[in-house]
Amino acid sequence: MSSAALATSASRESRWTDGSMDGVVRRRYRAERRFRYIGFAAVALSALFLAFLLVTMAWRGLSGFTATEAAVTIDFPRSDLLLDPAALRGPQSQEAIARAQFEGVLSQAAAQQFGAGAEELFGGGGLRSLGRQLVDDPDLLSKRATLWLPVASRVDVAAKGEGTADNERLVEMLEQRDSLRRALNLNFLTASDATDATAAGVWGALKGSFLTIVVTMILAFPIGVLAALYLEEFAPRNRWTDAIEVSINNLAAVPSIIFGLLGLAVFLNVMHLPRSAPLVGGLTLALMTMPVIVIAGRNAITSVPPSIRDAALGVGASKMQVVFHHVLPLALPGILTGTIIGMARALGETAPLLMIGMRAFIATPPGGIADPATALPVQIFLWSDEVDRGFVEKTSAAIIVLLIFMLMMNGLAIYMRNRFERRW
Amino acid sequence: MKEKIPLTPVTPVPMPSTAIAAEAARDAEEIMGSDMPDDREPTALPPRIEIADDGDDPGPDPANSTPKMSAREVSVFYSDKQALKDVSVDIRDDRVTAFIGPSGCGKSTFLRCLNRMNDTIPTARATGRIELDGTDINSSGMDVVQLRARVGMVFQKPNPFPKSIFENVAYGPRIHGLSNSKAELDAIVENSLKRAGLWDEVKDRLAESGTALSGGQQQRLCIARAIAVDPEVILMDEPCSALDPIATAKIEELIHELRGRYAIAIVTHNMQQAARVSQRTAFFHLGELVEYGKTSEIFTNPKEKRTQDYITGRYG
Amino acid sequence: MTLTFALAAIIFVAAAAFWVARQRAAALRAHGRLHSLPVYHGLHAALWAAVPALILLAAWAPVQTRLVDSVVMATPEGQALPADAMQRSTILQEAREIGSGQREVGFYPESATLAPHFGAAEARYSIIGGLLAISLALLGAVLAVRRTATAFRARTAVERWMMGLLTAASLIAILTTLGILLSLMFESLRFFSMVPPADFLFGTHWSPQTAIRADQAGSSGAFGSIPLFWGTVFIGAIIAMIVAIPLGLMSAIFLTQYAHQRVRAWMKPLLEILAGVPTVVYGYFAALTVAPMVRDLGIAIGITNSSSESALAAGLVMGIMIIPFVSSMADDSIAAVPQAMRDGSLAMGATTSETIRKVILPAALPGVVGGILLAVSRAIGETMIVVMAAGLAANLTANPFASVTTVTTQIVQLLTGDQEFDSAKTLAAFALGLVLFIITLVLNLIALTFVRRYREAYE
Repeated sequence: MSSAALATSASRESRWTDGSMDGVVRRRYRAERRFRYIGFAAVALSALFLAFLLVTMAWRGLSGFTATEAAVTIDFPRSDLLLDPAALRGPQSQEAIARAQFEGVLSQAAAQQFGAGAEELFGGGGLRSLGRQLVDDPDLLSKRATLWLPVASRVDVAAKGEGTADNERLVEMLEQRDSLRRALNLNFLTASDATDATAAGVWGALKGSFLTIVVTMILAFPIGVLAALYLEEFAPRNRWTDAIEVSINNLAAVPSIIFGLLGLAVFLNVMHLPRSAPLVGGLTLALMTMPVIVIAGRNAITSVPPSIRDAALGVGASKMQVVFHHVLPLALPGILTGTIIGMARALGETAPLLMIGMRAFIATPPGGIADPATALPVQIFLWSDEVDRGFVEKTSAAIIVLLIFMLMMNGLAIYMRNRFERRW
Repeated sequence: MKEKIPLTPVTPVPMPSTAIAAEAARDAEEIMGSDMPDDREPTALPPRIEIADDGDDPGPDPANSTPKMSAREVSVFYSDKQALKDVSVDIRDDRVTAFIGPSGCGKSTFLRCLNRMNDTIPTARATGRIELDGTDINSSGMDVVQLRARVGMVFQKPNPFPKSIFENVAYGPRIHGLSNSKAELDAIVENSLKRAGLWDEVKDRLAESGTALSGGQQQRLCIARAIAVDPEVILMDEPCSALDPIATAKIEELIHELRGRYAIAIVTHNMQQAARVSQRTAFFHLGELVEYGKTSEIFTNPKEKRTQDYITGRYG
Repeated sequence: MTLTFALAAIIFVAAAAFWVARQRAAALRAHGRLHSLPVYHGLHAALWAAVPALILLAAWAPVQTRLVDSVVMATPEGQALPADAMQRSTILQEAREIGSGQREVGFYPESATLAPHFGAAEARYSIIGGLLAISLALLGAVLAVRRTATAFRARTAVERWMMGLLTAASLIAILTTLGILLSLMFESLRFFSMVPPADFLFGTHWSPQTAIRADQAGSSGAFGSIPLFWGTVFIGAIIAMIVAIPLGLMSAIFLTQYAHQRVRAWMKPLLEILAGVPTVVYGYFAALTVAPMVRDLGIAIGITNSSSESALAAGLVMGIMIIPFVSSMADDSIAAVPQAMRDGSLAMGATTSETIRKVILPAALPGVVGGILLAVSRAIGETMIVVMAAGLAANLTANPFASVTTVTTQIVQLLTGDQEFDSAKTLAAFALGLVLFIITLVLNLIALTFVRRYREAYE
């Protein structure tokens, strides 16, 4: 401000113009900047946590999709393996493989080639892989063949640099002979739980999760939508309605383990439904998910403008027709978004499933909703408890699989919200 | 009556006020060009502002004095839409200046430019020059916090904070650090409430919530809150539109009393109100300033046909 | 098998009723204007055919169980069962499972002899139930089809059915709440008949593993739950909140008040993803990555007994999990503060941070407090993180590097492994669950009241 302007100004001199407030204002701006930096730091720190979590899991888990394989030469005709190639071609091949005594043949061959101490080079994964290769090509039985087979878990761990001294020595020796390689282990996606880490996979758990979620979906979605429609469109304002509303809002915030206790007490001990079954898991998770769907549904239904209802009522539609012909279709994208988020939550839920016994060792994938099963999050929990170091990477790999499903579902929900969000 | 200002519930401000001030100053420089003189001579006023004496008027604007605030060729854009076109108006110290016009004519937008409240709307962009005591309010020498302390504002809908009556009035002095003791603060609050004509009604219940008052009382509380910072200009954005006639009369009375101490600019859609409270009137239409002059002349003898049509109620 | 057949038959009858009634209604069109469209006549008949029959079928299951039990008990083998109620019910359960093919062999030899009786009785009564249901379906279908007439208000009738369906769906919520309360209370009462409630609620010593037999549990006083609740509060309400409240709140403030629109558009979904990560993942992260880091930190600053299952590790990770929850609740509350408040403060020359701290936050406080209470309720009910990262030792300590245990950890611990359902040990889990439910219920109700009042204030 120029002094000329001040001289001609008719206005009074104030504390704002004589510079006496400048110090205070500077101090206030410093506080403003500080506050803003704190806010930014909070967001950055939260994002950093997420990045750290995801990176740690990915880094640990990616090696779970690979397996260490060793080359072993087996002279099948001379081995004491009693296996008829004809049996392998028939429909009874799986039984024939199961009856065959692979352990002895393998440890003998390993000891022969790699010296004493290598007898237990191959574990369950190796046996399974050998069986599969023989079924694929029964002619192998009539010749001497070199096969790549996944090594036992403790050797695998040693090859990844975390094993015991004698296993490390074994790995070193194998590497010198060029008999060790890393291979993609898609077996992890197609196998079920096993006692040997190299043979373990997530397929059984994935199937259990899928069956459970289907049961949850079939129960929770219609009930949730109907309840939301009732509460928004038909419910009279009275004490019953209030009780229902309070129940729903509270159930959405009740700890999930409580639903597990409910499932245990009611579905297992009173109704005698089969233990460890996706049916019971689905029922329990449906009770847990239903309030989430109701709340999302009500929000979607309220956002449908009343003018649409008036228009339909105006041409003589009944209240029920208004709701099912107009309100529900318009609210459906919002309801579906809420449902997907609820389903994603149910998919990641562990505690209630532990309560109803879906924590058994399940080596064969469940065939139906009444068969004993486990779910992917529970499988992660079970593996995290294993002593065998080989399960560490399996756990992280299973987490990657679970996170991919969660990301897909959440991403779909966010996409739908942005795509179908309607501004009235 | 609604201005076309996109009022989202919470508008994120992209940067702190200092940065805004600096950037706004840069913008202003770019737009105005560096050859723009810092101080405009008062003789640069557009010639159409002619003033004659009348009873309520303190007299013609002295030709050699700087107006309290002067706006020159102010334009405002919301995104790509231009809301205000080259508006030039003066606000003088001891007068009440009324801005009238139909909805969406830009009068509230213009008012919000005067203490840079448009900065809070991310899509809003203003060009032109507004001076307070000869200083460009968008220049780096003018700080937005100090500007708003000097140019107070009262809004269309009374917006007391959800705090006690006392805390509402004490808020400004506290954040600006205007008092050194409790006694001083008490005195400021009492004086402000007295000047706003609310003291007698609330002196026994200063601890009650400001939101518990009636609409008219709430609006006077907001005026008291603005006065407490000891501003030089008070901007009022349709202060009576949400009030009943009796509360409106009280506010109008208050505006009369405040005149002389503060320069006052008031936006109103009520022409009678403009005639009652103001000495100068500016008529806006479709973002343009159509006519600006003595209130008595605008209402009795408008120069522009559009003004005539609006005043006689042909549209608006 | 019988059940599947009965279901198929009912569906067939309903479909037939739908078709017949619709055809009849359509034919009536020649005789005058119908009140309702033919399709409503069809639906009306189908509903009358299917719904009562399905309800009967569902209600038949528990009746059948009881009938079968009494039949089996009346057989000579049933009479010979041991008198002890617990043992007898276990044998019956085994026999039922063998009879229905869920199980190959039982532990008790008696169950093998009872199993054929179970199989036979189950088969007989399920055929009876199935036939009853099918006849009810036929009856309903015939009665409903006969009502088809021009003046018959089929649409109104169908809508009444729909209304019943809607009401029933909404009642499920209340039934669930009641189911939780009743089942928890029922098992808790059995627990409290073995262990005095005062010992449970105010005892400071928890070691359920020492109670081998039910009659020892009460006298040993090993069910004092104070250390469990302290551990729960310490991890969930103190450590986790120290992490989550400042970070969540400041994130919400930054994203709503300062961040550029584009930053906000990216960061919000990112935080939502943080909320969508399953708790078992957080638990594994806590146990595998954070816990060793915390232990090393403890040792580095001279806490020699710092545990690898420390309260701090579990609490930290739980806090991270809660951040997006706090942030989205705070976001909603801040967004609900009217713009006029903000403008009022800014117009007086307040800086943005002054406006936030002195006007927006106080105005949003009820909503924020409600959100934080919900977050606490969620943290103390969280299971997997503490099961995987917190310890099992019931310590009453305020040392964050020491191991504490929580209510949810103990529930999981008590109910997994061998399941002798009537011991004090397993019943204690339900008592813990009941207290946990009541605490979270109270927290939720207070929080929801806060949030609702707050919303009403600005609407």
